[in-house]
Amino acid sequence: MIGFLIRRILQALLVLFLVTVFTLALVHLFPGGPIRSLLGPRATPQQVAHYNQVYGFDQPFYVQYIKWVGQILHGNLGFSTKLNQSVTSLIAQDLPKTIVLVVLGTVVSLLFGIPLGLYQAVKRYTTGDYVLTGISFLGYATPTFFVALLLVEWFSIDVPLFPPFAPQGSTIGQILSDPRALVLPVAAYSFVLYALWSRYMRSSVMDNLVQDYVRTARAKGASERRVLWGHVFRNSLMSIITLLGLSLPTLVAGAIFIEVVFNYPGMGLAFYNAALNVDYQVLLGFTLIATLATIIGNLLADVGYAVLDPRVRYN
Amino acid sequence: MAIMPGADPREVETPLFAPEAAEATEAGAAKPRGLLRRGWEVFAENRLALASLGVLVFMVLFCFVGPLIYHTDQVHTNLTDSLCPPSASHPLGCDNVGYDQLGRLMVGGQTSLEVGFAAAIVAVIIGTLYGAFSGFIGGPIDSFLMRIVDAGLSIPYIMVVVILSVVFHPDTVIMIFIIAVFYWLGVARLVRGETLSLRTREYVQAVKVLGGRNSRAVVRHIVPNAIGTIIVQTTFAIADSIIILAGLGFLGLGVQPPATDWGDMLSGGLQYLQSGTNYWWLIYPAGIAIILTCIAFNFIGDALRDSFETRLQRR
Repeated sequence: MIGFLIRRILQALLVLFLVTVFTLALVHLFPGGPIRSLLGPRATPQQVAHYNQVYGFDQPFYVQYIKWVGQILHGNLGFSTKLNQSVTSLIAQDLPKTIVLVVLGTVVSLLFGIPLGLYQAVKRYTTGDYVLTGISFLGYATPTFFVALLLVEWFSIDVPLFPPFAPQGSTIGQILSDPRALVLPVAAYSFVLYALWSRYMRSSVMDNLVQDYVRTARAKGASERRVLWGHVFRNSLMSIITLLGLSLPTLVAGAIFIEVVFNYPGMGLAFYNAALNVDYQVLLGFTLIATLATIIGNLLADVGYAVLDPRVRYN
Repeated sequence: MAIMPGADPREVETPLFAPEAAEATEAGAAKPRGLLRRGWEVFAENRLALASLGVLVFMVLFCFVGPLIYHTDQVHTNLTDSLCPPSASHPLGCDNVGYDQLGRLMVGGQTSLEVGFAAAIVAVIIGTLYGAFSGFIGGPIDSFLMRIVDAGLSIPYIMVVVILSVVFHPDTVIMIFIIAVFYWLGVARLVRGETLSLRTREYVQAVKVLGGRNSRAVVRHIVPNAIGTIIVQTTFAIADSIIILAGLGFLGLGVQPPATDWGDMLSGGLQYLQSGTNYWWLIYPAGIAIILTCIAFNFIGDALRDSFETRLQRR
């Protein structure tokens, strides 16, 4: 187990190294290099050369890399000249709000996805199963932003129940103080995730229902209810827990679109604005943070799976 | 080390619309039929898949033949028609600069379908070769190549394509590569998994024993035997590419005007929804086109997986 943990962490570190190299390489992709994109097309070559020297972009790639990683380790992710704010403080300001959206959306979608996926597996190939399958296929094929647009159209224009904008404000308190405005963003976010969980839960429960331990439980006279909730449900949940760890990229993508449609003041909206303003420090800083979260999520998913499932062997 | 199934639930699903008739083995099977023929028989029994094929044929005709019959000006704006509601002369109304929406749907659809197809094919070819070679070679090289894939996959996909779009201001061709440049990673992982089981087969071993080169074993034996997985993956990749392109278009980072795609058309609708006006013809047509196309590809992918599942085929 310890050996597995060490190996897995070393792997994660190697991945992290590759990702950071790649991210820094992205900086040089910007048209004319990072300084040119900062100063604009009218800057003279002398000015560009000067700032390249100031920022160290004229040095060999590995020197730049070492300095850059050193900066990151000191918590310095760069400075947005467009916003006149450090990327770290921008993250500190926006990340909590995005976490509120992601956690609310994930919890709501799990509350629907897990029971309905279980229901589908137990009643497989019935009308109810087909209807729910249809809904989750819709969830797959529908872009997040279109779900959001439809909800605005239906529940804020046609029937003005909820405001079309997310709550505005700079603190979590202000966001949570307007729950009516949170309904549509959270609903749109959870619909797409619901499709993911319910499909996974359905196939996971179906896999578990034919296992030997289910037959054993039935043979020992356990009621169908006990078989389902005491045995199958618990074992099926395991794969959902690990799936959660692997779903961070999906969660991030969803958050970006939902925040743009509803003007929700989180990291996704800030990322979008940075894209429009070609604010590369923010783009790269945010990408790095999201990637780091993904790597940790994957690590936790693997380790969690190994801990939860005694059948997994560590070699 | 791979103790988790792929994060994409489509990969682990049990076939949902498995035609039950396939189990009946007719004794009077006259002569052996080819794989494609038998596969088509399974496919043709799946009515959803046939309907999806019909939807796709319709979409292709609509987008590529439609403009030959229904002539509209999709280059010059016409502000007098701005936002006109659906009428006899404009069946689906006009957008904010006066483009006829029905004609726009055709032109946008061309971009969406072209980019979707091309990006998927580029990504699948690269991913297949990379994954097959990596899995076939094995050992530390395989391990390292897969860490590169891990690294790429841990960067949230949407963030990469957003950054690349900001950098390159893509036209249709560049867009294809922007979408493919990270999508192939998932394909590579999948094909490598398949290769690991194929490379121990006798016929692959035989190539080695007979002194055949690695490239021969991969291209002539491993890839053809994994073709089922690869084709199924291509259909899903097309659906995903269309959604990604739509997402970029929606964010205003897609193909440059006057070119458009279905997602770009939707972003026009957002502005007016937020101002509280109900220009429904700006969101329904493009949104429904995206959903129909993507659902169709997903159903076809599902049916193809059943078709290539030899156990379901009648011999």
